[in-house]
Amino acid sequence: MNIIVLVKQVPDTTEVSIDPKTGNLVREGVESIINPHDRHALEAALQFKEQHGGSITAISMGPGQAVDALSEALGMGADDGILLSDPAFAGADTWATSYTLARAIEKKGDYDLILCGRQAIDGDTAQVGPQLAELLGIAQVTSVCGVESLESGSSRVLKRIKGGRELIHCPLPALWSVVSELNTPRYPHMERLIRACDPKSAIVTWNAADIGVKTQDVGLQGSLTQVIATFPPKTERKGEMLEGDPRSMVSSLVARLRENKL
Amino acid sequence: MPSVWIDYDLCDGCTLCIKKCPYGAVELQEGRPRILDNCTCCGLCLEVCKQGALQTDIQQRAIPDFSSWSGIWVFAEQHDGRLADVGLELLGKAREIGDQRSEEVCALLLGNGVEDLAGTLFSYGADRVYLVQDPLLGTYSTEGYTAALARLVDAYQPEILLVGATDLGRDLAPRLARRVGAGLTADCTGLKIDAEEGILLQTRPAFGGNIMATIANRFSRPQMATVRPGVMEKKTGFPSEGVLCREEAGITEQTIRVNRLETRAEEHEPIDLSKARVIVTAGRGAASKEGLALLGELARALDGELAGTRALIEEEWLPPDRQIGQTGQTVRPELYIGCGVSGAVQHRAGMSGSRYVIAVNKDSRAPIFQVADWGLVGDLFQIIPELINTLSDKAPGSSG
Ligand SMILES: Cc1cc2nc3c(=O)[nH]c(=O)nc-3n(C[C@H](O)[C@H](O)[C@H](O)COP(=O)(O)OP(=O)(O)OC[C@H]3O[C@@H](n4cnc5c(N)ncnc54)[C@H](O)[C@@H]3O)c2cc1C
Ligand SMILES: Cc1cc2nc3c(=O)[nH]c(=O)nc-3n(C[C@H](O)[C@H](O)[C@H](O)COP(=O)(O)OP(=O)(O)OC[C@H]3O[C@@H](n4cnc5c(N)ncnc54)[C@H](O)[C@@H]3O)c2cc1C
Repeated sequence: MNIIVLVKQVPDTTEVSIDPKTGNLVREGVESIINPHDRHALEAALQFKEQHGGSITAISMGPGQAVDALSEALGMGADDGILLSDPAFAGADTWATSYTLARAIEKKGDYDLILCGRQAIDGDTAQVGPQLAELLGIAQVTSVCGVESLESGSSRVLKRIKGGRELIHCPLPALWSVVSELNTPRYPHMERLIRACDPKSAIVTWNAADIGVKTQDVGLQGSLTQVIATFPPKTERKGEMLEGDPRSMVSSLVARLRENKL
Repeated sequence: MPSVWIDYDLCDGCTLCIKKCPYGAVELQEGRPRILDNCTCCGLCLEVCKQGALQTDIQQRAIPDFSSWSGIWVFAEQHDGRLADVGLELLGKAREIGDQRSEEVCALLLGNGVEDLAGTLFSYGADRVYLVQDPLLGTYSTEGYTAALARLVDAYQPEILLVGATDLGRDLAPRLARRVGAGLTADCTGLKIDAEEGILLQTRPAFGGNIMATIANRFSRPQMATVRPGVMEKKTGFPSEGVLCREEAGITEQTIRVNRLETRAEEHEPIDLSKARVIVTAGRGAASKEGLALLGELARALDGELAGTRALIEEEWLPPDRQIGQTGQTVRPELYIGCGVSGAVQHRAGMSGSRYVIAVNKDSRAPIFQVADWGLVGDLFQIIPELINTLSDKAPGSSG
């Protein structure tokens, strides 16, 4: 069972704040982490490998520093890593991201299963997985929360939906996007992590030429959507602090509620 | 590769470019902006520089001619013959856009034996319903629905296609967008037509709700977006008749490789907080038997629902379906009352659309007060009983 796991390096959004003056995200000092769902995808791949053998390749598209995400993946137990990095890849929307990942996966070839996270915590679109599956012409299951059986060519998985789960029959090769309830990811193994950070480790870097794409088809140039503005979430709140002891606060509050017909 | 650079003789250090950059790729260094390596050459900074100090060799990308693409389309999600609310909400928005653009509003109804639903779609604003019925569409499958919808898009070339950002919609829309060659904006909370260019401006939260981004879809058609449920308003009262077009699905059993074998409902019917008019939210400050009993009583007095922050779900004071926030439910009640809730961004991501927000917290610096209409600083164990008393005194039997 050869498995490809997609890992995205993301800023830890729990630490992101907004600069009150510029209204921009303050990214300085914000740690880069492996997208949380992707660690569950890695854990799933490791468990499948333990049961069925085979190999695990982690793939990430991003700037040079995204190699850290791949090192961590190797530290957890992935066999090798591919970093897709080229200035031309910058600013990609999900259309261009899925295209770039697809070309790299086609170059690598030989896979039974592709695992990705349901959603990245920065872009938050949950679109890359299904778009990639479409491009590769393989089956997809999104929000996988459990696996009942996995054999060559076929599987039964549980998909999380609002208010329950669905049991799904899915042929292989396929792409699954996973949610966190699927498993508890293991911590990277220290020795492996150190080995992964060695320049001679099993991580290769491919640029646009390596995967045979034109620069106009990737990155911002190859994107169909564009971010044209960003701004802090608007809060049109009254922001009134009610004063006094509990009794008088409550009576002012009830008066406000009546005024606003609540 | 093209690049963007700064002519420092012209730059007056106004920092507008820094504010504009959606990628955080312009930084202030020693009083001057500096362009960092993560610049994507999107060119937005050039538009705001009044001094013309920002310069580039980026080639303007040509926008293809899409004048023959017309119609505002809405995917009408249905389960077991019942329409999901989000489709009707989107018809309300589509109606508004359709009137502005003088274009037809169409609903896409897929399934088996769902013909009866067409009337409802007309009465919520559809001019035309494309009805695709096939036994293979009786239950949702990614591949069956993608194929049937792609066929319609290819045949009729709509300008805009909106899909609810539900579990189903977010499984379907990206696959469909990729197949028909369209860009897709995720999980939008705002849609409007740009007055000059006539394109759809799509606003959505990103970075866990920390930032809002406006996205344009200039280079492909249809302009596709998934839209968060509960955000747009339904409009009803339109005639319950219109143009009904029956279409073939054009699929076979081979189209559908992935099959649903069974659905396992959660042991208890999960509650849908998005429909509640009043929500009382318990935070860690109320994480005790007494606290929850008190807030439960308040919720009952207001005819509302009790919900919690993730802290309360993690410590198993409340079931997971009552969590509000980024990893819980998104709610838009008339009234949200947060008690002992600090107001972390992940929590605010799920409640910031509430009509009115009341916050009760003993720490006057708690971030929840920044998003509150009315803030009460103090111990909830004193304030809430007082509130319950006042409510039951002054308006016996009323709901608030
Ligand atoms: C503010 C903002 C808003 C945006 N809105 C949109 C939008 O509405 N539509 C749009 O098309 N693009 C949008 N983008 C661009 C989008 O964030 C990028 O295309 C990004 O590369 C992938 O999308 P995502 O982060 O949403 O990933 P998701 O689709 O949420 O990621 C799902 C999974 O795919 C895998 N994956 C994703 N990216 C990579 C990667 N680079 N390398 C390896 N694996 C990966 C991971 O396993 C991940 O868990 C936006 C960007 C910003 C900054
Ligand atoms: C990836 C991720 C996703 C997350 N998703 C969510 C999510 O969906 N929803 C969510 O809610 N959280 C989410 N969180 C957690 C979030 O970051 C916060 O930790 C959480 O919301 C805090 O809950 P709280 O406000 O109840 O607790 P705390 O932050 O501990 O706040 C308790 C508050 O109660 C006040 N208080 C204490 N006693 C009293 C009293 N007697 N009277 C009045 N006030 C009192 C205190 O002053 C304090 O402000 C997420 C976190 C991560 C990392």
